[in-house]
Amino acid sequence: MKHFVSRLALASAMTVSGFAAQAANTDITVALQLEPPHLDPTSAAAGAIDSVLYSNVFEGLTRFMGDGSVVAGLAESWEISADGRDYTFKLRSGVMFHDGTTMDAEDVKFSLDRARGEDSTNAQKALFAGIKSVTAVDAHTVKVSLDAPNGNFLFNMAWGDAVIVAPESIEGIKQTPIGTGAFKFSNWVQGDKIELVRNDSYWGAAPALETATFKFISDPTAAFAAVMAEDVDVFSGFPAPENLPQFEADPRFQVLVGSSEGETILSTNNKMPPFDNPKVREAMSHAIDRQAIVDGAMFGYGTPIGTHFAPHNPAYVDLKSGSAYDPELAKSMLAEAGFPDGFETTLYLPPPSYARRGGEIIAAQLAQVGIKAQITNVEWAQWLETVFRGKDFGLTIVSHTEPMDIGIYANPEYYFQYDNPAFQQLMTTLNATTDPIKRTALLGDAQRMISGDYVNGYLFQLAALSVAKAGVQGLWTNAPTQATDLTGVSWAD
Amino acid sequence: MNRNLIIGLILSGIAIFAALVSFIWTPFDHVLLNIPEKLQTPNGTHWFGTDHFGRDIFSMIMVGARTSIAVAFVAVGIGMGLGIPLGLWAAARKGSFIDELIMRANDLIFAFPSLVIAILITAIFGAGAVNAIIAIGIFNIPVFARVVRGAAMPIWEREFILAARVAGKNATRISIEHILPNVMNLLIVQATIQFSLGILAEAALSYVGLGAQPPTPSWGRMLADAQTLVSIAPHLALIPGFAIIITVMGLNLMGDGLRDYLNPRLRVART
Repeated sequence: MKHFVSRLALASAMTVSGFAAQAANTDITVALQLEPPHLDPTSAAAGAIDSVLYSNVFEGLTRFMGDGSVVAGLAESWEISADGRDYTFKLRSGVMFHDGTTMDAEDVKFSLDRARGEDSTNAQKALFAGIKSVTAVDAHTVKVSLDAPNGNFLFNMAWGDAVIVAPESIEGIKQTPIGTGAFKFSNWVQGDKIELVRNDSYWGAAPALETATFKFISDPTAAFAAVMAEDVDVFSGFPAPENLPQFEADPRFQVLVGSSEGETILSTNNKMPPFDNPKVREAMSHAIDRQAIVDGAMFGYGTPIGTHFAPHNPAYVDLKSGSAYDPELAKSMLAEAGFPDGFETTLYLPPPSYARRGGEIIAAQLAQVGIKAQITNVEWAQWLETVFRGKDFGLTIVSHTEPMDIGIYANPEYYFQYDNPAFQQLMTTLNATTDPIKRTALLGDAQRMISGDYVNGYLFQLAALSVAKAGVQGLWTNAPTQATDLTGVSWAD
Repeated sequence: MNRNLIIGLILSGIAIFAALVSFIWTPFDHVLLNIPEKLQTPNGTHWFGTDHFGRDIFSMIMVGARTSIAVAFVAVGIGMGLGIPLGLWAAARKGSFIDELIMRANDLIFAFPSLVIAILITAIFGAGAVNAIIAIGIFNIPVFARVVRGAAMPIWEREFILAARVAGKNATRISIEHILPNVMNLLIVQATIQFSLGILAEAALSYVGLGAQPPTPSWGRMLADAQTLVSIAPHLALIPGFAIIITVMGLNLMGDGLRDYLNPRLRVART
């Protein structure tokens, strides 16, 4: 009898504590596939840094929302001069960095000057290229003067590369990031996790979560196991699309399928023969069956594209028909270009499954028209070394995840080495245009130009795939920039 | 013929037969993608089902057998081609500096796990079937060198070797004409076992992406591809897994059986 009573007591104690834990669930564990190399978003191209820190720890003058819109961030309002060259930002008052120092106009000037400086290591220096001067008018007013009107300026300032940092804490930013966001950096166990805690002196609405832990799980099988075992609450950017139907069928989970900014392309070395011949590139584009790649490599998740532009963007032009799947046409074009028997080339594949699986499918499709693509699977470090910096490749598959990145085609030094003065002129005109209707028209021209030049094989827009426990709400479904914004995330009761 | 040998011959015979037939016939083209027909379970058309690209798994297993066997065969060949002469040389110069040099170099290679050597080689020269062959081959050299040296040394003490010396034969001729035939039994058994280890090593290297590159089918890579699909299509992992088990087990049984069969003392005892 005594035994029974103690068991009963234990059981009721467990129930009570169970309820207590549920009522006060203010912790979250978010898994990501890639771990950041360090924690300074203003000095590295690694998107993994923004995936952890954007909006959570660091904020910019403006910011992206989950639907892709750009709204006020640390600047509560701004005025644009009549000629479009001067932006006067009014900063929010009472904003503190996590180390207790105040955020003021001097910090903004420091951040922008640092990003556009000669020795800046900012990965997106082009965002700041048009800035002529930054002046701190008073503690809460900053005036930014541009060389020429730039219709994209407020958008540019929302990027993770343009967040505001403080001169006091810049020294240790790579290990101890000090920002103004709703969460403070707490701890980083390298190879395992990064922990954030709520910033109680945050200027904006206090987040519902008290602590957030980012765990890094690179292996797709381990990712599946971690979610199934409920070791993590959210997996943002789930790496194995084939497993999503299982999560959808399981009432414990919700699957978020959104759009991302990732144009997945068969990147082609435009300087390397035979790809320097536009006819060859055109032939190749007709040899590729996009829908088969989306179905085979991504299990149906993804939207086919015909140019380097996100289909959910209002300025998108559907140009897929210019490179419709037609292997017979591809063969005759190859013959016209002087390769009736095809040719041999290399195909470098980085680790994500869109590349590894997509690459096998593309190699098989190219083989149908006589192009023998020798597959080499590479790790990211080797890909950056050989393909991105060394430009020693024929073909590669990669997803360009930056928002509105069609401008990379204006850089003849960029790894696929597309050198077209007309396009470069078009981009210069675009950057100087502020009228939205004219901008849309110019963006359309740009899309048509790269599509018509068959610069790369345009495959599909990567879907933003996330899995979360059913009770998590407020996550971004779409991925307008690389971020895991937790400021609006909470647990349903 | 003993039971082990018969079972071993049958099992490894299946793999070798599949590999040979794949040169002239497979039910489907093993590189042909047919994505609408992906992830089929075994059925009348696709006897082992289809993979995530709709490729016919039966055809892939057949051609995969070819890859596995070719890699293991050449790798064992490298091991024998270099290991046997080194072992004979060391035995002929027993206790000399050259013996020490050969055997300590062998110890050095032996001390590395084979997979580490393979990763090292593929990291330097790149992944691919040829480099996998070299990696597995290098690991095989000390195995054969040791076996040959160990078996050859007592033979050097025998009277007929003394007779050969008296007849004026030099150490090289004695090694080839008298020592080698006497250690051949051991070598055949060892080669069979190394062959099965070679198939296992090829599968392991391909599994981690260092073996044959796509689209060449390989049992190890089929396993790796199946990894995230195992809960929805378990046959993707089970079939190449069984192919590896059957071949490796068959070769091991064959090795055991051959050892008994070729051992003169056991043979006398049986008759």
